[in-house]
Amino acid sequence: MNLKAVNPQALSGGTIQLTTPPPEKTLHSMLYFMKLTRELEFRIERKLYRQGKIVGGVYVGRGQEAIAVGACIDLRHEDVVCPSHRDMGAFLIRGMSLRTIFAQYMARKTGATRGKDGNMHMGDLNLNLVPFISMLADNIPVATGIALSFKMRSQDRVALCFFGDGATSRGDFHEGVNMAAVLKVPVVFICNNNQYAYSTPLERQMAVANVADRAEAYGIPGEIVDGNDVLAVWDAVARAIERTRIGHGPTLIECKTFRMTGHSAHDDAGYVPHELFELWEERDPIKRFERYLSERGMITQGGIEEIDKRINREIDEAIQIAEKDPFPDPEDTLKDVYHEG
Amino acid sequence: MALTTYVEAIRQGIWEEMEKDERVFVLGEDVGIYGGAFKVTAGMLERFGEWRIIDTPISESAIVGAAIGAALMGMRPIAEMQFADFIACAFDQITNFAAKSRYRWGAGVPIVIRAPSGGGVHGGPFHSQNPEMYFVHTPGLKVVCPSTAYDAKGLIKAAIRDPDPVIYFEHKYLYRRIKEELPSDDFIVPIGKAAIRRHGTDISVITYGAMVYTALEAAKELEKEGIDLEVMDLRSLLPFDREAVLDSVKKTNKVILLHEDTRIGGFAGELASVISEEAFEYLDGPIRRITAPDTPVPYSPPLEEFFLPKASDVVRVARELYAY
Repeated sequence: MNLKAVNPQALSGGTIQLTTPPPEKTLHSMLYFMKLTRELEFRIERKLYRQGKIVGGVYVGRGQEAIAVGACIDLRHEDVVCPSHRDMGAFLIRGMSLRTIFAQYMARKTGATRGKDGNMHMGDLNLNLVPFISMLADNIPVATGIALSFKMRSQDRVALCFFGDGATSRGDFHEGVNMAAVLKVPVVFICNNNQYAYSTPLERQMAVANVADRAEAYGIPGEIVDGNDVLAVWDAVARAIERTRIGHGPTLIECKTFRMTGHSAHDDAGYVPHELFELWEERDPIKRFERYLSERGMITQGGIEEIDKRINREIDEAIQIAEKDPFPDPEDTLKDVYHEG
Repeated sequence: MALTTYVEAIRQGIWEEMEKDERVFVLGEDVGIYGGAFKVTAGMLERFGEWRIIDTPISESAIVGAAIGAALMGMRPIAEMQFADFIACAFDQITNFAAKSRYRWGAGVPIVIRAPSGGGVHGGPFHSQNPEMYFVHTPGLKVVCPSTAYDAKGLIKAAIRDPDPVIYFEHKYLYRRIKEELPSDDFIVPIGKAAIRRHGTDISVITYGAMVYTALEAAKELEKEGIDLEVMDLRSLLPFDREAVLDSVKKTNKVILLHEDTRIGGFAGELASVISEEAFEYLDGPIRRITAPDTPVPYSPPLEEFFLPKASDVVRVARELYAY
């Protein structure tokens, strides 16, 4: 178990001290999106899935909410996000609606893929959100190409690309990061290192201690952050974006975190030592951030309950609509293989 | 008017599209300063600059992946595989990301992947392959295989303008052996349309790529015996010109399916099925296949000579079929 690189404050449930933290409005947004992510995935995994209403697999990012939220909260609309499967916050911040997400998981025509593909494989070019595919790390060269198109056209845009620790073992990680480094394109690579790839622990995934150690081999900066501290993620990503916007190329940010579930809804994670769940539960990113805000007088218990109420209401409404949404027509199977002009 | 080689025709096609549309760019190994291993992009770096003729690391998967990403952002990338054989390294990006993107989320991926393919150049197992069928079996892709300079130019231009991913197999053997006078206007060859290279009445030889010339050579030989071959060049494999194939078979009533690719799972198998499903009543003899054997492409000249289908094979099979 590699903890040495994690911000030691994380062990006591602390939060990074930033000289210039984001404005209060942003802090509230961060809390809202982390909590929305948590509740949305709770409903999908623990309610709808168990009620047999979800079609196919469910992969959630419980315990990892701070990463996508901290990374995406300050993006400009024209920036592009290539999330992975435990980055629900990225979809929400980009503007994908709850109804679209629930409909997607229930295989409805109104889902993000109109019933063509499942679960987290959601994207929308209007939201500058490019979906990943099941072959993890495939989105890394794609993000490199997205960023390349910005550089070629001198557009002031950046790409953010997310992936897990397991994905870094694939050749596409190497090819994509290396090409981005060589061409110095405006992309930030964000690894959710949640210590497990399905049942495979980190030490079976790589012989180096940290994913970020690999950055040196590509000639780019690598940074390790406490992935359960939304402000630490925000800060590291903000600096990487600033750097890449002025033409200095990519950064590899490794967010140390922990997968607080099995790989998917059907996996009870019996292979994960129980103490690890307990240890990481203490570092829960949402509780920590609530504590941070309340200690600074930025939120009250009543305020937190208000957010929870709002989230529950929004989710209830979206589920109600999505459950009534139609399934695709069988004939839709044949559509959209090619451009239909 | 000057004659244009097949390789020069490809170069012209890319050049013209790049002049006309600034979204078009090339990326690949050694495409810039060196002008490409076969000089298809010679002179382009000087004209279009390093951000439209992009030299990349040896990373076929990232070359295609980056092309996909740029295409999603509105660009029209042309990704060069130095040899078609290397396309195996990019198989996942092509078949999983590019091919399925429109279907999954409505986002088309207008990329062209150029793949110099084919044998006859003593390149051995890794510089001679014809890997088209991996991609013909992947819905969402288009696959073209030009055999003439006119088609090489017309199809590369059509591929660049196409809203879907197109794999463009250019036959290395034809690069400098084939030349013709090309019109000066801005023409394209539509994807999915076959061409009849020789009209005939006795037997249809349906083929593509370099084998078009093998068929024509055989036709010339058989002409002396009074056997009149029709030679059809498919030009596109996905989609292929089903109507033209069936029309030809209905006219001649006998058919030889010829390709340089190996036999099992080769395009001839698909054609044979379509013909027997839709034109069975018109057939006056068995559907015959002439293909490479099911082996890797060997290196040594006598081995490669044995491997590649020859005009003499076509002559022999045509005689048998004519007498049937």
